[in-house]
Formats: sequence, C-alpha cells, structure tokens
Amino acid sequence: MNFSDILTMRHELMLTLLALVVLIIDLNLHNRNKHLIIPVTLVLFFLHTVVGFLPAEKSILFGGMYRTNSLLVMMKNILNIGVLIILLQSVTWLKKEENREKISEYFVLLFSTLIGMDFMISSGDFLMFYLGLELATIPVAALAAYTHHNTKSAEAGIKLLLSSALSSGILLFGISLIYGSTGSIYYDTVMDMYQNSPMQVMAFIFFFTGMAFKISLVPFHLWTADVYEGAPINVTSYLSVISKGAAAFILIIVMFTVFNKLAPVYNHILYLISVLTMTIGNLFALRQKNMKRFLAFSSIAQAGFILLGILGGNVLGMTSVIYFVLVYIFSNLGAFGVVSAIQTVTGKESMDDYDGLYATNPKLSLLMMLALFSLAGIPPVAGFFGKFFLFASAASAGYYWLVFIAVLNATVSLYYYLLVVKAMFINKNETPLAYFKSDLATRTGLILSGLGIFILGFWSQIYEVINSLSFGIIH
Amino acid sequence: MADYTYTLLIPLIPLFMFLLLGLTGHKMKPVISGLIGTSGLGIAAILAYATAIKYFWTAHVAGTPYVSIKAFEVSWLHLTEKLTIHLGVLIDPISVMMLVVITTVSLMVHIYSIGYMKGDPGFYRFFSFLSLFSFSMLGLVLATNIFQMYIFWELVGVSSFLLIGYYYEKPSAVAASKKAFIVTRFADLGFLIGILMLSFNTGTFDFQTLTDPHGPAIASLGGAAFMGMSVLTWSMIFIFVGGAGKSAMFPFHIWLPDAMEGPTPVSALIHAATMVVAGVYLVARLFPVYALAAPDALHVVAWVGGFSSIFAAVIACTQTDIKRVLAFSTMSQIGYMMLSLGVSGFGGEEGLGFMASNFHLFTHAMFKALLFLGAGAVIHAVHSNEIKDMGNLRKYLPITHITFLIACLTIAGIPPFSGFFSKDEILVAAFHSNKILFAIEYIVAGLTAFYMFRLYYGIFWGKKTHYHHTPHESPLVMTIPLMILTFGSVFAGFLPFHDMVTADGKGFESHIDWMIAIPSVLIGVIGIAIATVMYKNETAIPDKIAGTFKHLYKWAHRKFYMDEVYLFVTRKIIFRYISDPIAWFDRHIIDGTMNGIAGMTVYAAYAVKGLQSGKLQQYAFVFVGGTVILVLIFVYLV
Repeated sequence: MNFSDILTMRHELMLTLLALVVLIIDLNLHNRNKHLIIPVTLVLFFLHTVVGFLPAEKSILFGGMYRTNSLLVMMKNILNIGVLIILLQSVTWLKKEENREKISEYFVLLFSTLIGMDFMISSGDFLMFYLGLELATIPVAALAAYTHHNTKSAEAGIKLLLSSALSSGILLFGISLIYGSTGSIYYDTVMDMYQNSPMQVMAFIFFFTGMAFKISLVPFHLWTADVYEGAPINVTSYLSVISKGAAAFILIIVMFTVFNKLAPVYNHILYLISVLTMTIGNLFALRQKNMKRFLAFSSIAQAGFILLGILGGNVLGMTSVIYFVLVYIFSNLGAFGVVSAIQTVTGKESMDDYDGLYATNPKLSLLMMLALFSLAGIPPVAGFFGKFFLFASAASAGYYWLVFIAVLNATVSLYYYLLVVKAMFINKNETPLAYFKSDLATRTGLILSGLGIFILGFWSQIYEVINSLSFGIIH
Repeated sequence: MADYTYTLLIPLIPLFMFLLLGLTGHKMKPVISGLIGTSGLGIAAILAYATAIKYFWTAHVAGTPYVSIKAFEVSWLHLTEKLTIHLGVLIDPISVMMLVVITTVSLMVHIYSIGYMKGDPGFYRFFSFLSLFSFSMLGLVLATNIFQMYIFWELVGVSSFLLIGYYYEKPSAVAASKKAFIVTRFADLGFLIGILMLSFNTGTFDFQTLTDPHGPAIASLGGAAFMGMSVLTWSMIFIFVGGAGKSAMFPFHIWLPDAMEGPTPVSALIHAATMVVAGVYLVARLFPVYALAAPDALHVVAWVGGFSSIFAAVIACTQTDIKRVLAFSTMSQIGYMMLSLGVSGFGGEEGLGFMASNFHLFTHAMFKALLFLGAGAVIHAVHSNEIKDMGNLRKYLPITHITFLIACLTIAGIPPFSGFFSKDEILVAAFHSNKILFAIEYIVAGLTAFYMFRLYYGIFWGKKTHYHHTPHESPLVMTIPLMILTFGSVFAGFLPFHDMVTADGKGFESHIDWMIAIPSVLIGVIGIAIATVMYKNETAIPDKIAGTFKHLYKWAHRKFYMDEVYLFVTRKIIFRYISDPIAWFDRHIIDGTMNGIAGMTVYAAYAVKGLQSGKLQQYAFVFVGGTVILVLIFVYLV
C-alpha cells in the first residue's frame, strides 16, 4: 500500500478532517461568535462534496477490509449531496438562541455518522461493516436528543439508542454465526463458503433484521415514529433520508454479493417483509395528523418499495434501487425542507396548520406539492420513474402478484399525499399561516431539492450512468 | 456530411421565450414582451433560412439526391433493449421546407400581433402562447421518430387549445377551444393506435428505418392480413385518422370553423400555415411506407382529401363570416394537398403528386396567412366579422386591399402568382392517376375562384356601407407583414421544388402542362367573372340564386348539418345508450366497491393502532418476536 492508495479513501479521510477542523475552530471562537462556524462548515462541506466527484479508481486496502470502486463512490456522492441540502436547511434552526452554544456538536455528530456510513458502504468484511454501523448509529442517537431540554427529544434519543443496541446485538449474533459456520468474516470468503445450511440461514436472518431496523422495515420499524416525531426536524430528515438511503445501499451491496447464493431463500423473506412494510406503513400513514409522523410512516412505506428492486436480483434491480433512493432523497428532502422551514419559523407541524397555505406561501406550497407528487409517483416528476423502474425489475423477475400489491399500496399512498396537497390548495382557512421569507441557505436547500426532482425526471442519462456502473458489482 | 447540430436551437429558442414570457412577462411592459417574443422568433427564422440555404444549396452537391440527416439525437427513455424513445432533430427536404414555412409565418404573425393585440390586457400571455405553439410545431416537424412526433403533436393540440380559447371570458371562445381539442384528440386516438400497430409490427419508431425503401417496415409488406388489407395498411389508415383530425379533413373538420373564435393572428398561424398542415406533413413524412407498402391506405387519403376539398368549397360559397369563409377555404385547399399525396407514386416523375403537395403546402402557407392577416386588418378596422357590415373598404384600406386582391388571385390559380404553379402540378398528378378526382379538382378550382372573389367584392366593393367611425388603414407594424407575405405569395411559385422536395430525394424534370393549365386558368377566370357579376355592385342576383336553389343553399349554409349530426350521435346515441349506463355502473358498482375498500382500509388502520404504543419494551418484544418468527418460518418450515 502506498500513499496514492490511501487517497482512494478520500471521502472518509476528508470527513474526519472536516469534523476535527470544525471542533478546533469552535474551541477558538468566543461564545458570541459561535454562529460563524456555520458558513465555514457549509463551504468546507461543499468543497468536500465537489472533491467527491473526482474520478475514482477501483482499489482494495487493508488486506480486503476496505474496498472502493466507482459505484461505491457514486453512492457516497449521493449521500453527500443529501447531507449538503440538509445542512442548508438546518441553518435557520441552528442560529436560534437555544442552539447557539452547540452548533459545532451538530456538525461533528452529523459528520461522524456520515463517516460511519461511508465505511459501511466501502466495507470488505463484517468487522469493518460493524464498526461503520455503530459509528453511524450512536451519534445519531445523540443528535436525536439534541434539544435535550425538550422531553420528547430526550425520549427520542434514548429510544433510538436502546432499540439500536438491541438490533446491534442480534446483528452481531448473526455475524458470529456466520464466522462460526464459514471460518471467515471477509465478504469474498464468506460468499464462497456459504452452503445455505439452516444455521447460515438463521445467521442471515439475524443479520438482516439488523439492517431492517436501519431501513425501518416492518416489524422492526416501531422506533421510527416516536424517534422521528421527537427528534428535531432536521435530524428526522437526516434519519429518514440519509440514514435510510445509506442502509438501503449497503443492503443491496450485501445481498447481491455476500449472500448471493442465498437468493432463493431470502427472496421469500423479502417478499413477506415487503408486503408487510408497504401495507402497515400505509395504514399508519393514513391516520397521521402530525407532519413529522406522517412523513415517518410514509417513509416506512417507501422502504417497502425498495425491497422490490432487491427481489429482482439483477442489474435492472440494482440500478432501479439506486435510482429510487436517489429520487427518494430529493423528494423527501423537499418535503422535509418545507416542513422544517415552517416549523422553524412558526413552530407549527400539524397537518391542519397547512390549510390554505397556498394563499400565503405559494412557493413553499408548490415545492411541497412537487415533492409529494414525486413521493406518490405521479409522472412526469422523478418519483414516477423511480417506482416505475422498481416495478419493472420486480415484474421482469416474475413477481407479478407483488407488483400488483405494490401498485395497490401506491394508490393508497396517493390518497394521503393528496390529503396534504388538498389541505394546502383547497381547504379554506380563516387564519392561514402568515407569509414569511426564508433565509438564503434554506431557500438554496429547497431549490436544490426541487431541481433534483425535476432533473432526475427528465434527464435519463443519470439512470444509464447508474446502470453502467451497476454491472461492476453483479457478475 | 455537413453539421446541423445548431438546428436544435430553432425549436429551443421559442421554448425559452415561452418560459421567459410566461414566467416574467407580467412584470414587463407589454410592448417589451412582444418585442422579446418577436426577436426570439426572428433568430429562429434566420437559423431556419440558414439551414435551408445550406441544405438545399451550399452543402448540396448538384446532381446527387438529398439525404436525410439526423442532426442530433439522445435517448430519452431507455425502457428495454428494443423499446427506447429518442428525441432528436431530423433534417431532410420536407422538414427543412417546413422550418422555413413555420418560422416565416410565425414571425409575420408575431410582428403583426404587436399591432393587432395592442392594448389587450393579456398581451404577454398571448406572446408566450405563440412561442409555445411555435416550439411545439417546430419540434413536430423535426422529430426523428414517430413517438417524438406524437408528443409534439399533442403539444400542438394543447397550445392551439390555449390560443383558440385566448379570450377566455367569451363563452363561445371557450366552447370552440374545447371543441377543437376534443375533436382532434379523438382523432389522435386513431393516430396512437396506428403508431402502436405500426411499431409493434416493425419493431421501430424511427422514421429513417421506417421509411427506408429497403428497410424492414416496407419489405415486410405488413405481414398478416385483416379484412382484406394488411395490418400495415390498417395501421397507416389509423395514422391518417390522426392526420385528418389535425388537418380538418371530413368528417373531423367540424372544429375548424368554430376555432375562428381565436384572435385573427392565431387563425393565420394555426389555421392557415402550420397546425392544419400537420396532417399533410405526417402523411408526407411516412410517404414511402404509404406508397410502397400500403397503397390502399393511400387511396383512402386521396378520396378523403378530394371529398373534403369539394365539400368545403361548396360550404365556403354560402358563409357570411369572413373568417369562416377562409376556414372552409383552408379545409378545401388542404384537401387538395391530401389528394395530391394520395395520387402520387414513389420516385421520379411518379412522385409528382408528393412534390406538388408540398409545393402547394408552401405557397398556400404564404397566401393563406396573407388572407387571414388581411381579414384581421379588415376586422380591426370595422370591428365585425360579417360581410354585411363591410363594403366599399378599398378606399379606406388601400394596402390591405391590394394585398388581399393579390392573395385572392393567387388562390384562384391565376398566373404568374405562386398558386397557379402549385395547383397546376396537383392537377397534372391527379390527371395521370384518377380522372374522377381530377374532375372534382377542376370544379373546386372554379368554386375557389368564385367564393374568394365573392369575399373580396363583399369586403372591398359592393354596397355603400355607413360606418360609425371612418375605417382607417392599420399601422405599419401590421401592414409590413402583409407586404412581405404578398412578396412570398407572388414569387414562391418560381422555386424549383421539383429539384428539391421529392419523395426519394432525387430531382426530376417538370414542366407546366398547358393542356391542363389553360382550362384550369379559364375555370378560375369564369369563377371570378361570375363573382364579379354577382357581387361587384349590389345586385339582386345572389338572393335570386339562393332562392332558386333554396334547399341546397340552406344545407350548404348550415354546413350540411354536420354539427347537428355530431350532436345527434353524441347526445342521443352515445350519451343515452352507452354513457348513461356506464355512468350508473360507475356511480353504484365501482364507487361502491371503492368506498367499501376505503372504509375497510380506514378500519384496518384503526385496528393496527395498538402496535404503536410508545412503550420501548413492547417494541423490543415485537422486534425479537419478528426475528424468531422469521427464523421459525424459513429455517424449519421452508
């Protein structure tokens, strides 16, 4: 290994450096000037995002523990863009008086979890994977409890911490069973040694539930609603978009490589979980009146759709999952961005408060509509193509009934997404939320997500790029 | 091969203008928005002329056939290996010719509208819609594949809907725009069916592959037969149905007269030169398929065109609204073009009809736009569409009078104006193919001359009408386009179309056939003479004739009751016996089922509520329980 090889880890290295720089600057700032950290961090993270797009080479480091290639780098870039938007959307909230002293905490914790996710994506063995997982989880629990004077926020933090401890335990149990039955924790070796013996199936299930917890698949999702509701809105947005997206990326990598041989078994599991997740997520979302809980359950239902692409088990499936996650990131960030902007300024987060929003805040309402249409999968916005490709890949693998159930669920989801649109555009309200103007950062974040929704829908080259890269993973 | 990538800009500039004016137009001064829209179209027109000069002359090696070039193409939707939808720019003789036609007429209409629409509260909206329409139409003619064409085809439909219904406070305009949209949309259903059948059987959307004489589409000759005709023939007939809808061919013509509710410049743009010839363009675009593999479909085109031309000509003789006369005249002239395509063969002299059709399309665009804009100037002056409110206007509107007269002579086929040349080629093509259609065209030529001069005398001569306000000539911004189009109408006939726009790209020798031309000119002169006798001065002759042929006159005046037939069929038959039962089924069975399902869903949502208790212990229990159940199912049971 030489110096240039190390540079292939640039995502992780730069983020670590970034987190340290933020800490050091923070130490040297007077309490009055803590907010100066915000623009500095934004600029640095923007640079990091841009550098991430430099061409990437395939390489393997540390004897196979760490590997990277252009597909993995693209996944990290997708996450970076999402995080950038979230940071932009957080600015107004961070500038509030009560958060002033701990602005840097937010950044450092956020970057730590992102480092964890990057390591997970690049992991070449289960040890690296597990370290990444913990690094990605524990700081998030601290973030969820960020406004600790608020009981709900504290509750969210502790719930997330305890639940993830439980899931990590089971996942670790699964990894130890894998090691016990194959004698290795390296992905490549494990892949060769897998015989689909009952113990290995059980090991896989344990491992899978750990991942299912992160993506919040039913019945491992129960923490989601409470945590999403309690955590500060921007953390919720991070959890539901970045955390979930990263977990979905890792799941497809692992499913398509390490547990490749297990496909005949895990397809059944995924089938069952997918149906459960879509249906239960939708049923809960139907009744929600709090926007954060509403988005939480809708994101559970969305996770069920992701499994459709994994079931496809081919390049089309992999491409469609990555594309779907990409679209999902932009659409959900658009929706969360609006909820966050409104919550930060007015403190309102109930669906009834959105009645007649179009009359006072037409631009926000239009973006919200665009984002919800994309989540619901209405053409021509990006969400339609995301769902379409997922359905196409599942149908090409012969899962017609599953596609049928998914279409039914998509219809149900359309109902509750439209409820919000109806509230904003049609419902009459004597005292709608007053007009307000967000600051530059928030607006940039919102515009970026809106642009993403549009561009992804109309520019098919992105899909083809993902498609060409996906060939590298599946043989 | 020359590079034509820049042609991509020709449709994109109007699109940009549409967005710019649509989004920011309300903040501009009206004149500024008009100037911006006009200058955008001006640039597009210059690019179109440059393309035409390059394609037909500078980049073309004399003696070689014109080739079809894909200037630009991207794959837009990659669905499967076989099903990929492309967007691109196709450069070949007919698309280049259409570029010139569309940008010229559109530019003239833009300039003219600055004067005509002055003071209208929706000024910027009008110009942004004009740009949208120009974009759609340019995209349509540049399409590299039939699917892209269909997309723009529908965009044209939408933008014409917006323009016809521009005066949205006026109920008749709203009704007209809906009628136009629904009727053409209905015909587009045929187009879509045709596209699907065609591409299912040939495996491609691409025009170059489809129209390649040695390609799979033509070589296969359509495969399986249905009701005596090959599937390919059926699909081409269905595609023609779409074309007939946009081009207002019988029986889909009913929207065209009503569409005159739109502002007059819109009629000039949409109903003279561009949208209504989309159907002709469609048939011309797929002409090799029609001619080589589906001759039966081509016969349908010929007869529909021939019938429409005489049908519309008869109605035009009896209309009193000057724009409606022009509308029926348009329908009649497009019938000519369709007929000409229908009687044409492929290649060399055989392809005379194809050339003649495009030639006539070109000249017709010039003189019909001129007629509409002239009519607009008249309406602008007297604030009425009815002939009875006009008369003796030649003194007040000298420029309009002269340009209108030249346009009338042109459409009547009097040499040396351009209409004479293009009409003569059509007549020759019909003569060599089908004597009955040829005879119909002679009659139509006479009728055309008659009703055009009836219109001309009714407006500019005839009775002494007293005007409340003295009519005055339009401002220069309106008369300059008239003069430019007059120039085009006079001289377009001298273009060597037979060298440039032919079915197979190769030029051929073509001469005026005086044996056919002289009688046709005579018929035109006779038509003019009759009109002169009847209408130049106020006489009782017209009423007498109308009284003698009372029934025929009434039928023609009421447009042969086609609207009533449609109403009867839709209201009394379709609504009562099909729609009402379906509506009942929908209200009671479908809605009932849906409400039931929705109720069950809500109930289920309440039922699962207990799962989300907020207690962490319970969450952990469900988590572990779920894991154990999965293990039990998949390790022990499966």
